[in-house]
Amino acid sequence: MDPRRAPRTVSDPKVRQVGFFAPGAAIPDRSQSGPPDHISSLPPTIADLSPSGANSLSPVMIPPPRHASAPLSPLRRDTVPVGSYNASDFMPATSPTAATSSSDDVAWVGRGGRAGAASSSFPGGGFDMPAASSVPASGLTTVSVVNLPPGLSEKAGVAAELQNDRTTHSKPLKEKMTKAERRALQEAQRAAKAAAKAEGGKAPPASSGAVSSANAKSAKAAKPSSQKNDNVTVAASEKKGSDRPPEKDRKKDVPQPRMQYDDKSRVEKAKKRAVVKQTEARNRVELFRHLPQYEHGTQLPDLESKFFQLDPMHPAVYKVGLQYLSGDLCGGNARCIAMLLAFQEVIKDYSTPPEKTLVRDLTAKIGSYVSFLIECRPLSISMGNAIRFLKNRIAKLPLTFSESEAKATLHSDIDRFINEKIILADKVIVKHAVTKIRDGDVLLTYGSSSAVEMILLHAHELGKQFRVVVVDSRPKLEGKLLLRRLVGKGISCTYTHMNAVSYIMHEVTRVFLGASSVLSNGTVYSSVGTACVAMVAHAFHVPVLVCCEAYKFHERVQLDSICSNELGDPDAISKVGGRGEINFLDGCANSENLQLLNLIYDATPSDYVSMIITDYGMVPPTSVPVIVREYGREHLWI
Amino acid sequence: MADTLQNPNPNNISAYYQTRAAHHGVVTSDWLAQAQAAVGRHPDDVLPPEPEVKVAGKPFSVIHEFNNWRNQPDLAEAVAAIRALAAVIRNSEATTMMELEIELKKASDSLKSWDTTSISLTAGCDLFMRYVTRTSALEYEDFNSAKSRLIERAEKFGEISYKARRIIAMLSQDFIFDGCTILVHGFSRVVLEVLKTAAQNKKLFRVFCTEGRPDRTGLRLSNELAKLDVPVKLLIDSAVAYSMDEVDMVFVGADGVVESGGIINMMGTYQIALVAHSMDKPVYVAAESYKFARLYPLDQKDMAPALRPIDFGVPIPSKVEVETSARDYTPPQYLTLLFTDLGVLTPSVVSDELIQLYL
Repeated sequence: MDPRRAPRTVSDPKVRQVGFFAPGAAIPDRSQSGPPDHISSLPPTIADLSPSGANSLSPVMIPPPRHASAPLSPLRRDTVPVGSYNASDFMPATSPTAATSSSDDVAWVGRGGRAGAASSSFPGGGFDMPAASSVPASGLTTVSVVNLPPGLSEKAGVAAELQNDRTTHSKPLKEKMTKAERRALQEAQRAAKAAAKAEGGKAPPASSGAVSSANAKSAKAAKPSSQKNDNVTVAASEKKGSDRPPEKDRKKDVPQPRMQYDDKSRVEKAKKRAVVKQTEARNRVELFRHLPQYEHGTQLPDLESKFFQLDPMHPAVYKVGLQYLSGDLCGGNARCIAMLLAFQEVIKDYSTPPEKTLVRDLTAKIGSYVSFLIECRPLSISMGNAIRFLKNRIAKLPLTFSESEAKATLHSDIDRFINEKIILADKVIVKHAVTKIRDGDVLLTYGSSSAVEMILLHAHELGKQFRVVVVDSRPKLEGKLLLRRLVGKGISCTYTHMNAVSYIMHEVTRVFLGASSVLSNGTVYSSVGTACVAMVAHAFHVPVLVCCEAYKFHERVQLDSICSNELGDPDAISKVGGRGEINFLDGCANSENLQLLNLIYDATPSDYVSMIITDYGMVPPTSVPVIVREYGREHLWI
Repeated sequence: MADTLQNPNPNNISAYYQTRAAHHGVVTSDWLAQAQAAVGRHPDDVLPPEPEVKVAGKPFSVIHEFNNWRNQPDLAEAVAAIRALAAVIRNSEATTMMELEIELKKASDSLKSWDTTSISLTAGCDLFMRYVTRTSALEYEDFNSAKSRLIERAEKFGEISYKARRIIAMLSQDFIFDGCTILVHGFSRVVLEVLKTAAQNKKLFRVFCTEGRPDRTGLRLSNELAKLDVPVKLLIDSAVAYSMDEVDMVFVGADGVVESGGIINMMGTYQIALVAHSMDKPVYVAAESYKFARLYPLDQKDMAPALRPIDFGVPIPSKVEVETSARDYTPPQYLTLLFTDLGVLTPSVVSDELIQLYL
């Protein structure tokens, strides 16, 4: 398919060959789940390229085929070392791409580079355009610019800049020289500004693009700037509480790419603004270096001692963050509800500082709290959706509201969200699901899902005769809690580990699974091991029913479990609780030949799923994008 | 409700399939008249001889109206129900929207309870209710104008449903090419319409008809096709795999289209779809859009049972059990396309349409 795509197998751990990285091309490899859906939306915008000029191109669009313009390359070559994509040199928005194909990479990279959840600590989140050096600067690499942290507040500027680049790019070739010259100038300006803006991170070059403001408002700019979300607001709050144009609402709708942690300089920058001091794990699996991994247990004592010193942090948020960090709170619904309740406290105690507007300041504050939470534990998709909802509601507050009215409105909005989208949704799901349980059924479930537990308990209350098989797996062993609760209610259960799932599957009639999220192509994103159970069930022709509230649906598309995941504590794998004699891996963490991998999530393809039970009824997996489309705008975000 | 109708066959035999057999059996004309009269009389056995007074106190019975419509063999049951419900609105004396909706709901429930095994009836009634009552144009201040708007929509829905067959026939013409061989199962009036139109358009094709036991629908269908001068070959049900090599496409109707995109149809459809799928032959389903139901069977037993007594011709000892289910469920992965009045759709679009309509 893609000739430039290097195989994923890591032959030599020292050399990174993952993803789009082509040796010598110095194009950063970013395989992320974010890009696909963005990319898919790109083609239509290309059509707008010529007609609307400045406003037509999204900065992350794949630029049309460029003609190599050699003179431009040397400019970049000096600044960016080949083969690495360190962010230290912030390449100007236009990332040169030697060919259309590489422009894809660039575009992809750009998206990946966005300072995602961790944006707060990463001012730039910016995706640096390392590849610039080897590629002529034909295309616009707005991508990198886009991801600039808002610290610069010049999102608009960046976007504008991108716009310009794009626009000019579409112009005839002979104008390229002029553009290149302009770029060189801008680059110099940017470098100067970057030096001046130490904390701003990478964005400086973008902001310096004076061209900015004019084109800031383009609709296409909205897309790349969509990263705004937490990152933007976080940076904004930390830097300047910058003004966000109303187009932000539009940008909010687009999901943001996550930060890639393999970039050293960005990681450095993120660390500087981190509240939670974490040391990175030493021995990391190459394939997953784009995900954050820290030494477990290093943060908690430090944070606890700081409890009374963190002024900007609200104690409720701090508490929730600690609970995430220690693992006391787990499960999509529980985490989401705890976070929303903490935000309710925040809003209750909030008072607008003088000379600031409630909408912007509160949004910025929420953004900063979200970054803190991300540092404690990366956001789940349900939490991400809830945060989008909250920011949407804040942004939609009528300007005529007084502070107390606004706070009361937000308070009730959050209550309504929790009630309608989680609590009532669960009731509807249970009502639908129990119709699929017949007497004599053998139901299998994996791990511990709150929705599935409710279904089983309710079916038992209705008097249906069935028995349950609970499949469990290390290291979390969540199934034990579920088992205890089910047996306590009198349901006859069987308990087994993952290795016996194919042994027991022949006697199972239905499989009920929970989900952390369902993606737009019907892929179920859930705790690791779910895919295995679903596949075995499919092989035995046992129907698989996934129970997921609609607010957890996401428009992203993910094809595998690698590009977006979460890494847990690797020590949990090497130790077996309660059996100290199994200590063969003690001290092996320092070995160069051994890397421990503890994944938290995996992706189940839609072919293995028979039906998804949501609060909108029982739908086939192919209908998830329909629900996201129809209700995402209006209902999911109310 | 005073005129609540009991299923004429109380021991769980599907009246739906009984009726179809009566309509489509190989019969003489006077037998047919007798059968029709018998069918028409069934509800009357339970009802008082004269039209029952409805709860609202009007001399109008939705069941009576329904049966008037239903006695034409050509008219689909669901369309008859839709027409009857439209008549309910027309004759309603309610003065508020809520009252009218309650009346409609009661009428719809009584129609549905007439035969609980008929999916198209249930689906048709439900869709009608949704289509008619969800309109935001009902925000008229004047009840009468809202009511007339309701009547308009109801009539329109009835018209669409009535014309659905013609639309489907027109849409499917592109798929029948000269020299093709079509395998047909069950006597679907929609499929017959499709083939009739193709014959009228002077297309050259031949049809394989399965016998369709126990209803012997294949005999009736081959009769009809022979009248159209279409070359027909009758197969016994077991000869489907044997002849599948020569077949270019499979055409079936549907009793109901479920949310997953699968269909519920006469017993034997699933078998034929499996054979066709394994031999890479396309399976086309011709179904009107009012048959889209909010059901989601996970397997064959996950549906309400619809039983039909089978006459083997010889007495069966009582110790021997007979599988009397009259229908089966074909999952969507074995279907290629659905021809509906909404267009030519893939099975995954069914849920799309239902979500848009219901939510």
